[in-house]
Amino acid sequence: MVAKDLSQELCGIRLKNPVIPASGTFGFGLELADSLDLNVLGGISLKGTTREARFGNPTPRIAECAAGMLNAVGLQNPGIEALVNEKVPALRKIYDGCIIANISGFSLEEYAHCCARANACPDIDIVEVNISCPNVHGGGMAFGTSADAAAQVTAAVKAVTRKPVFIKLSPNVTDIVEIARACEDAGADGLTLVNTFLGMRIDIARRSPVLANRTGGYSGAGIFPIALRMVYQVAHACRIPVMGCGGVASARDVVEMMMAGATAVQVGAENLRNPFACPEIVEQLPILMEELHIDSLRDIIGCV
Amino acid sequence: MKEVTFTVLENLPLAPRTFRMKLGGDTSAIRCSGEFVQVAVEGKFLRRPISVHDCDWETLTLVYKVVGEGTAALSAKRPGDRVCALTGLGNSFDIDACRHKALLLGGGVGAAPLYLLAKELCAQEKEITVVLGFNTASEVMLAEEFRQLGATVHIATMDGSVGTKGFVTDVLRIGNISYDYFYACGPKPMLKAVCSAIHTPGEVSLEERMGCGAGFCYGCSIQTQNGPRRVCKDGPVFKKEELIW
Repeated sequence: MVAKDLSQELCGIRLKNPVIPASGTFGFGLELADSLDLNVLGGISLKGTTREARFGNPTPRIAECAAGMLNAVGLQNPGIEALVNEKVPALRKIYDGCIIANISGFSLEEYAHCCARANACPDIDIVEVNISCPNVHGGGMAFGTSADAAAQVTAAVKAVTRKPVFIKLSPNVTDIVEIARACEDAGADGLTLVNTFLGMRIDIARRSPVLANRTGGYSGAGIFPIALRMVYQVAHACRIPVMGCGGVASARDVVEMMMAGATAVQVGAENLRNPFACPEIVEQLPILMEELHIDSLRDIIGCV
Repeated sequence: MKEVTFTVLENLPLAPRTFRMKLGGDTSAIRCSGEFVQVAVEGKFLRRPISVHDCDWETLTLVYKVVGEGTAALSAKRPGDRVCALTGLGNSFDIDACRHKALLLGGGVGAAPLYLLAKELCAQEKEITVVLGFNTASEVMLAEEFRQLGATVHIATMDGSVGTKGFVTDVLRIGNISYDYFYACGPKPMLKAVCSAIHTPGEVSLEERMGCGAGFCYGCSIQTQNGPRRVCKDGPVFKKEELIW
């Protein structure tokens, strides 16, 4: 068997493989350091961070559904200063891969402030800008559902950072390609798609929503075909690289996302049911590549 | 945290809609009482968090109530079937916090994790009083198991069909029980009542809808006197004075 090449390049940053735990499903990496070898991961997208510390929404924040789950955590995080001064330096001490800071906000100024702080942190490789959180009011997704607002955020953060900027897109839009193009035209270096789908569950005995926030973001295997379609459309409409995300649970799903056009692939909800999902996928990839006669994963990006 | 595939040794009803499941397998990641495991159920996306009822080198025993489709599927498991679980989750009861006399308060299936705690306190030769609360006589469980450990057991039922009529706090009000520390597990209204009724120090084990169960999804966070805490990782056991009701 020929040695398999799993490595990737994202905006000049080398990844040892394309597998990245998605923001919000892997904490700040540190939480899992005792349980698995972080260094097998191509990158880690850290929990979404805002200017100030946030507690997030009341519980219940989690509801199960067919082929996945809803979450309404609401961006619980310790704030940007704790991220750049504590979390990221601690992770860098034990992790040699690509560290992706995920930034969220409620105003253009907040996005710009957080990205400027991330820019000053040498251990952060990529800034991922979340304009697609469905669980906060007056921020998050509000910036990701209009092409103009998405372009404004992109321009505001590009003005304050020299690091590669990926904009994380919401699937809760009429035409995701229009938003993707607006971000690319405004200077985005790449795109991550997709965030969760806005959903809801009702407790029929109590006649009330299961989630305290009433609605939450749907993720898990059930969204995979929709996410894949959106990655396919965007990757073929834009020239900048795409990180594919949404319902990925296996090495086969990773290969599908890459054939649709993704350069790297994020694994989200699957981590919550199996904390070892990402290392297992990394282990399975060379075996699947052998079966499919693939020598380098770079050869299959966008081949469909 | 360790993922283990267990073999079901026994899975029998203990009370209406409540089962005791004994599992055989690697229990090396389970350290002490108060911890829980995340049980995978076929056809369900998330695992089910269930507290450790008893544990030795080769077996793990869980007591759980059927509350939905996932736990119903678990109750259909037969000896020889496989059950996959993440083990070694959560913090533990602080057995050293009790000097001589411990009061253990359990509401319904909340009595389950107190059993391994009682065993550990027994090993330290501490005096144990257990107060268990249920709705009615048919739901009473585990009282004999606690007695066999040498504990004094009091029962409260809502309808008065066994023991004191009312809540576990009614037993405390009329009984002359001496203790220097308490441990409680049960429904949230019971824990709240216990924390306000009891003036000695103590700790409670909380329940919350969980995602990962291992501290990285932040799905089960609560606000405490010390800031946000994750029930799955910083808990499930919290000191009385940490909690905000």
